[in-house]
Amino acid sequence: MNTRAEQHRDGGGGGGGDVVITGGRLIDQSGERVGDVRVSGGLITEVGEGLTGERVLDASGCVVSPGFVDLHVHLREPGKEEAETIETGSRAAALGGFTAVVAMPNTDPAQDSVSVVDFVRRQGERAGLCEVLPSGCITVGRAGEQLAPFAELADAGVRLFTDDGSGVQDPLLMRRALEYSLGLGITLAQHCEVARLTEGAVMHEGSCCSRLGLPGWPAIAEELMLHRDIELVRLTGASMHFLHLSTARSVSMVRAAKSDGLPVTAEATPHHLSLTDEQLSGYSPIFKVTPPLRTMADIEAIRAGVADGTIDAIATDHAPHAPETKELPLDQAPPGMLGLETALGVSLACLDMPVADVVAALSWKPAAIAGVADRHGRPIATGEPANLTVFDPDVEWEVVPAQLASKSRNTPYVGQRLRGRVRHTVFLGDPVVLDGVPQR
Amino acid sequence: MKNDKQVLGPDDVRRATTRMAHEIIERNRGLDGVMLVGLQRGGVWLAEQLGAEIARIEHPVPVGSVDASLHRDDIGLRPVSPGSVSEIPDGIDGSVVVLVDDVLFTGRTVRAALDAIGEYGRPRAVQLAVMVDRGHRELPIRPDFVGKNLPTSLDEDVRVTIDGVAISGTGMSGGSS
Amino acid sequence: MKHLRSIDELGLDGLSRLLDLTEHMAEVNRRPNPKVPALRGKTVCNVFFEDSTRTRLSFETAAKRLSADTMTFAVGSSSLNKGESLRDTIETIGAMGVDAFVVRHGSSGVPWQVSDWTSGSVVNAGDGWHEHPTQALLDCFTIRTALGRSDGFDGLHIAIVGDIKHSRVARSDIAAFTALGAAVTLVAPRTLLPPAVDDLDVTVVDDLDEVIADIDVLYLLRMQRERMREALVPSLREYTSRFGLTPARARRLGEHALVMHPGPMNRGVEMAVDPSELPGSVITQQVTNGIAVRMAVLFDLLGSGPRPPVEPRPEEETS
Repeated sequence: MNTRAEQHRDGGGGGGGDVVITGGRLIDQSGERVGDVRVSGGLITEVGEGLTGERVLDASGCVVSPGFVDLHVHLREPGKEEAETIETGSRAAALGGFTAVVAMPNTDPAQDSVSVVDFVRRQGERAGLCEVLPSGCITVGRAGEQLAPFAELADAGVRLFTDDGSGVQDPLLMRRALEYSLGLGITLAQHCEVARLTEGAVMHEGSCCSRLGLPGWPAIAEELMLHRDIELVRLTGASMHFLHLSTARSVSMVRAAKSDGLPVTAEATPHHLSLTDEQLSGYSPIFKVTPPLRTMADIEAIRAGVADGTIDAIATDHAPHAPETKELPLDQAPPGMLGLETALGVSLACLDMPVADVVAALSWKPAAIAGVADRHGRPIATGEPANLTVFDPDVEWEVVPAQLASKSRNTPYVGQRLRGRVRHTVFLGDPVVLDGVPQR
Repeated sequence: MKNDKQVLGPDDVRRATTRMAHEIIERNRGLDGVMLVGLQRGGVWLAEQLGAEIARIEHPVPVGSVDASLHRDDIGLRPVSPGSVSEIPDGIDGSVVVLVDDVLFTGRTVRAALDAIGEYGRPRAVQLAVMVDRGHRELPIRPDFVGKNLPTSLDEDVRVTIDGVAISGTGMSGGSS
Repeated sequence: MKHLRSIDELGLDGLSRLLDLTEHMAEVNRRPNPKVPALRGKTVCNVFFEDSTRTRLSFETAAKRLSADTMTFAVGSSSLNKGESLRDTIETIGAMGVDAFVVRHGSSGVPWQVSDWTSGSVVNAGDGWHEHPTQALLDCFTIRTALGRSDGFDGLHIAIVGDIKHSRVARSDIAAFTALGAAVTLVAPRTLLPPAVDDLDVTVVDDLDEVIADIDVLYLLRMQRERMREALVPSLREYTSRFGLTPARARRLGEHALVMHPGPMNRGVEMAVDPSELPGSVITQQVTNGIAVRMAVLFDLLGSGPRPPVEPRPEEETS
């Protein structure tokens, strides 16, 4: 545990010299083994046993895996820098073990033009803590009226397109978007929500909302759009990714679509794996999120969906909000909760499956959906890009909002004990997190 | 452990009641405009007993009750345990109200009752009848009719019922048990 | 009791205690000078983010009859979104020294948030669709007095008619009536019922004529005109013909049956008869009792000191 001292000698990060990660369980798509990993010049240069080097990162008792990839984060820049910036969000991501994050396009201005996505990407590079992958809008200004320039944005490196924050309501427009996306090497991602069915909605429509007197967000609002879009995928042959699925029926619909051979993928958030609508009983806007927290039956269905691969990826939907906005009355407070720094701990705590399968849902499976499988979620092997996460799968820790790197504090896990925490994160060969401490 | 000590028996209470009824009649020369008002809750039964005695000796007078809990000066310092609702007889203006309570202690309840009575009208005079005066007054209040003067220490508890008067100590003087 | 935020939170014991205390306050209100010094030196602040003159006046009168000082902070719901935050508003007023906040807000749950930001007591004077506990208390007190039921509502059949889904009055009344032992029937089209109505301890019917002859209390809710725009009912005329108290239905009411309404009434909609011609109407008593109930609530919150220490538990004695 002398890495911090060595870091000082080294002058603070940067790819200078070898880094050797010793004594960890290496887990990747090829399986699990014990070994040391040498990293140099941004690449993995050696995998073996008894390796030594200039800087040693202790990984004993830990898992060494390909870096995590989050398909769904809101970094709020440009537009809402009081809630999060690309730098603070990147730091939270690195602490959570993510080496790549997909930045949602509901910024201000929205990510519907090359200049905005270039800005987001450059801010990510400037922070240098993980790769920030801007997504693009499906429609201009996310207004649901006119297609965003898919090809221009694809040329600028955008692979995932979504109007997240709202769903594309118009079925004709959605059909055109899917058809137009064919051949561009991009994937459309849908936020499934029929807006007419959720006007004014605050929480899951069910027993709890009836008791609390809060307007309900019915499951059907998600399932109706999911159904429509699965059928549009069947019609057009275009691939599609479904964001933050929250209901038991959604999981079975995606399962059926996959068994029909349709090119669909899906994600679920850690909070939809762990929290129910009962959390709203104390009327704290911290637990207001879109789609809403649902019932235990939904949670169990989503967990089963992750276990059988129906749900491809765990994505955080990290949604920072400035404290004063989460002090508004529930119906006026914005939806969303933090996720990056707690994703691993929540996933390991509530998914009863092998660590390797949890890592798959956090790393190489989302990397493929994000279109970055050439550099993230790669096997731990010589010559591969050195994007690695080292985490202790058994350590218990308590969530203290003031200790989070995010600029906002709206975590739903205050005071809760989670299992599993990131120790080191290596991004392009650079140890950006050492012993749980960000290095920049 | 509490140790109860019986001070008066049922006959003593009955005799004291009769004597007080005579004194009330005598003092008020024929009961013109007299009404008895028992303090909720301990004074109500005594007011009724006195009323019955007075009716037997002379003629019936109106009997009512007053709850002084909303006029107390220690509101917020102790739990609220409201007694029953006040029932003040009509025609309080110009009458002679005999306030009746079981025990006179600090005088604070009587002060609250005086305020409460004042909300219903302006009696010609107010007199005070108590079964037991145990001393330790904190206000300049003096009873007009007393069943029994009973010296007590502050930590003792005095209980008055139709069946008698008992003192229970809190153990400070009783040693180990 | 620290706060009165919901009937659920109050429970049956609290409900009974407050109804008993209300008897006292009703007696105070019958006095020539209906004022007692009970809450001298206490300050009650009405914070109304939604306009409700009658509820505000009722609380204000109640506080004044107990000799508390009152302050009023009234904001239109439109100005709420701008400028000062709810938290700043509460903390600023709280800094002036407030013992109890009486809060009315258009959003469910605000009294819970407010209680996080003040050391004073919080009384819910209506939050969104959620609860209006003092209305339920005054409704219970009115029924208790009118039908002589101070022992509880066992065997009483109460029908609540109308827009239950959006009604904080209905939510509080259902909780209070059922806690006191009444059988409650909700009468409404499915569009005006809460989504999980089956989880409530009530019977649901969609035909008022089915139950009107058998009930002890007919509780009519206000039918908001904007519900028409939300496609919840086709027209007010159709609503009245299915769920309004029409002269024909009034004739079928039992001899002793009470008719209640939280006000303000929509004449010709849910109330399609002149209530002054209904022998069972206790609507004005509801308003009168509102003051006594709110006195009881304020006195219980601010006038009651700490409970006596709990008797030591047996295991502590043996140690």
